[in-house]
Amino acid sequence: MKLITVAGPPSSGKTSMLLRVIDWFKEQGLKAGVVKFDCVASKDDERYRAKGVPVLLGLAGNLCPDHYFVTNIEACARWGQSLELDILISESAGLCNRCSPFIRQALAVCVIDNLSGANTPTKMGPLLKQADIVAITKGDIVSQAEREVFQYQVRKVNARAEVLQINGLTGQGKERLGALLTQAQDIDTLDGRKLRFSMPAAVCSYCLGETKIGSDYQMGNVKSIAIPDVPRPEVS
Amino acid sequence: MTDSIQSITILGGRSKSGQPEDVNLRLVPGDLVAVVGPTGSGKSRLLADIEYIAQRDTPSGRCILINDQPPASELRFAWGRKLIAQLSQNMNFVMDATVAEFISMHAECRDNSFEEAGLEKLIGSVVSQANRLTGEPIHPDTPLTALSGGQSRALMIADTAVLSDSPIVLIDEIENAGIDRRQALDVLVQNQKIVLMATHDPILALLAHSRIVLKSGGIADVLRSDEGESELLEELQKADAAIMAVREKLRRGERLEGPGFKIS
Repeated sequence: MKLITVAGPPSSGKTSMLLRVIDWFKEQGLKAGVVKFDCVASKDDERYRAKGVPVLLGLAGNLCPDHYFVTNIEACARWGQSLELDILISESAGLCNRCSPFIRQALAVCVIDNLSGANTPTKMGPLLKQADIVAITKGDIVSQAEREVFQYQVRKVNARAEVLQINGLTGQGKERLGALLTQAQDIDTLDGRKLRFSMPAAVCSYCLGETKIGSDYQMGNVKSIAIPDVPRPEVS
Repeated sequence: MTDSIQSITILGGRSKSGQPEDVNLRLVPGDLVAVVGPTGSGKSRLLADIEYIAQRDTPSGRCILINDQPPASELRFAWGRKLIAQLSQNMNFVMDATVAEFISMHAECRDNSFEEAGLEKLIGSVVSQANRLTGEPIHPDTPLTALSGGQSRALMIADTAVLSDSPIVLIDEIENAGIDRRQALDVLVQNQKIVLMATHDPILALLAHSRIVLKSGGIADVLRSDEGESELLEELQKADAAIMAVREKLRRGERLEGPGFKIS
């Protein structure tokens, strides 16, 4: 089974794009399943189920979605193997720009849309920088010139990746993306595999449910913003 | 690559209802073709197929040949592709950049041998070209998102004409947004290009040498302009000039009095 990790900002068109690519997989006689990781709520599992695609939905709730991902992906991969899937796609939403759910030797796809602004690629961190494939969506909404400029901005951040334009509404581009995805390596187990990038550090009082504001309530791994000429209270 | 385009060929796919589209249309440099049909009939889809150099892998199932051959994969997906310039129906920019920043980014990504020294001049030439088409002038330091619909359209046209010097030009409804459509077309269409233009405008449609007629997503017919139509075009252009003169007067805040405004 191949494992493909797909991640991108909310509403960038990940699910629409994947539904199109999964159609293409079906045409090739390949069986694909999806694990959708999200934070608070998602109805995307229904969209997959409606198309007959085996799907798991994982909601991180009050956990960091990336930590939730890494502690669950191995079991999800075993689920995919038990269904004898050819391809398991993990689709992660709700991530911060500090992190990425990418695993070494598992193909990593970043989804980003043409509307997200010329400077967004430079703000995105490992989610974009460490992707093997960058799929740019919603190209039909902007002019050719803007598509070119945006793609160029993406390339400046990640010159190594295959960058392609795909339309989740019409499916234009799905054949090329599908062909690239089928080149992913097969995996037998994730046990002992490594993430491409360390997860964001997060062990402070607020991780444990603190809600009050003030230095008395801050404990653990906290970091103060640099503000010139204003004395800052000490952290206990 | 730019000099080596001898033809493009559109091989039919299927209409929205799945009817086969019996078309084998070969276009050569110098051809100006109108794409006509009701709203929703698939004009933009046809242009998108050509822009994508579709290989029976779009909803229409069409196949586009370049020089009678399927294109090499590098040609379809190459970085900084210059084969086809497309002016779509989009009327607004979404990017958070000024006009000057946008032009310089676009120049940089279009041309690998791009030099900083020529940048000022390039920005100047795109902006002045755009300002020939629009009423209120565009300034290089204006944010793209603050441009009006007409200004955005004028800038897109000028940018396409100056920066995207491609042998194949696709134009989708240039008549929108209140810019001077004849002048816009002159800016975009130079000699020895293959130009396809989706339009609802009778003058633009008749300016073309031939027209592709779309119906329910499929190409229903391909008509060559005849002599009678050329005569009609002259009449229409006279009437159009009169309407344009009135439009300009109104735009300038003038009254339409006096003997100069009888439309015969």
